[in-house]
Amino acid sequence: MGRALLATPEELRAKARDIRKHVVRMVGAASSGHPGGSLSAADIVTVLYFNEMNIRPNDPEWPERDRFVLSKGHAAPVLYAALAEAGYFPVDELITLRRIDSHLQGHPSMRSTPGVEMSTGSLGQGLSAACGMAIAAKLDGATRRVYALLGDGELEEGQIWEAAMTAAHRRLDNLTAFVDANGLQIDGPVAEIKSMERIGERFAAFGWHVVEVDGHDIAAIMAALAEARRIQGRPTVVVARTVKGKGVSFMENQVGWHGTAPKPDQVQAALAELDASGEGGDAR
Amino acid sequence: MTEMIATRAAYGETLARLGDVNPSVVVLDADLSASTRTAGFARRHPERFIQMGIAEQDMIGTAAGLAASGKIAFASTFAVFASGRAYDQVRNAVCYSKLNVKICATHAGLTVGEDGASHQSVEDIALMRAVPNMTVIVPSDAVQTAWAVNAAAMLDGPVYMRLGRAPVPVIYGEGQEFALGKAQTLRAGNDVTIIACGIMVSQALAAAGALAEQGIGARVLDMHTIKPLDLDAVLTAAVETGAIVTAEEHSIIGGLGGAVCEAVCELHPAPVVRVGVRDQFGKSGKPDELLAAYGLTVDDIVGAARRAISMKTAAGRTI
Repeated sequence: MGRALLATPEELRAKARDIRKHVVRMVGAASSGHPGGSLSAADIVTVLYFNEMNIRPNDPEWPERDRFVLSKGHAAPVLYAALAEAGYFPVDELITLRRIDSHLQGHPSMRSTPGVEMSTGSLGQGLSAACGMAIAAKLDGATRRVYALLGDGELEEGQIWEAAMTAAHRRLDNLTAFVDANGLQIDGPVAEIKSMERIGERFAAFGWHVVEVDGHDIAAIMAALAEARRIQGRPTVVVARTVKGKGVSFMENQVGWHGTAPKPDQVQAALAELDASGEGGDAR
Repeated sequence: MTEMIATRAAYGETLARLGDVNPSVVVLDADLSASTRTAGFARRHPERFIQMGIAEQDMIGTAAGLAASGKIAFASTFAVFASGRAYDQVRNAVCYSKLNVKICATHAGLTVGEDGASHQSVEDIALMRAVPNMTVIVPSDAVQTAWAVNAAAMLDGPVYMRLGRAPVPVIYGEGQEFALGKAQTLRAGNDVTIIACGIMVSQALAAAGALAEQGIGARVLDMHTIKPLDLDAVLTAAVETGAIVTAEEHSIIGGLGGAVCEAVCELHPAPVVRVGVRDQFGKSGKPDELLAAYGLTVDDIVGAARRAISMKTAAGRTI
């Protein structure tokens, strides 16, 4: 089972639509899970797994693979959907999410699921692990790259900024972090909970190279990653402005869809909307 | 006179030598490398020494990432910070992920001394023992520390090793047998068993000598591995001696004493008297003064042994 690399934004958009449909179906079937932050990150994750990363889904432990750490571990459905679509495990296993006999834990577990590089779920920890992986690559003289995906609410965790210092101090230019800045967290808008304005400036002050993008503009995400590859001596953060629940209109920008599963009729409505958005594309 | 060496010193020397022969070993420290003695490794292998600054949570998370990329990551700071400040990182990033991170925590227990309660971990064994996948080792002297460090490097999975600041007597000689999870019997005896770890092992040996002068035969076990606990040794002690004393520089809650009580209750109920810190924080003072103030002396172990034996005898009369 090899992964088909997708070269064009159009192909990647279709893949992202498939992944969004998986997210809706999985969380609906589980009657539990986090759709909003999975849908906001779908375009970023799709570009990483189907265009950017050097991986071998049929050889998940290949030492020279690039690494992806989902620091905002509650977005596990979008990671699982990408892993299945990439060929790490059969797509029909996605529907077992959160079940007692499933390898798809509620939050990512590296000892359960092929392709998961770090167990996450307790927020704030993934960037440190990604730094460790990037340091290991440097020690090995290897060219492999490391990617991490953070939430904007997650930036309230102090450990993120410890790791931000580590990455800059050690000049980890093989590390690229995304902030899925969807502006919402469980108890409300990030701006009201603990204002997190000027995310890019904060990282810049810590010594990072900063790229700001529309997190649903596939071409812009690709360009940001190409820019990160060119930057030497500094880690890159891509601050991606996103819409929580993106692609399902009744979920978009709604705090309540952070950790609520859609009911069967809502699943059908969401799938119909995603299909329509693809104008009869190849989404299954 | 017995040679005195701190277990942290033996750790630092062993680690530096381990780095010579094992290129997978990397070492992280959080601005305490002179105290934890990882500085020796840093001098010998600067490219594999990762100074994390005062950021223990980030250190443990970074160690997890290194281990996930095939490294054997030794991470050191004071025990109170390694087990407490970074508990969630130890739990989720290291133990849940079952990664090759060896947390070698120094300045454990009361004998940190003058720094006082903020720096005296009396609950770290309890915290680390409760986490699934964790192996917990508390070496008693410099020689055993070297064995334990090498064994930890060979073990596939997380390790918490508890090391001390103050010099302690050398108990072992080269060439003696050591295996993780297997208690070392240092003295034979059938009236009572003293199960000790860390700096309390040498105290236990002294107590056994004092008890012998009173005609009491005390078996002494060095329980260097708190988890997995040597259940055979505990069961045999309960069956053959019928009375047990535990001795540790740690709270009586959740540490060696807790682990032994859990095992004895399930396997072969017998009186157990725990010598340890009695649900208190530490305070400033000299190490010897603190051990006396908190009831961790040779005399305290002797008294506990006599109590355990009298409980055994009383229980025998009621049957």
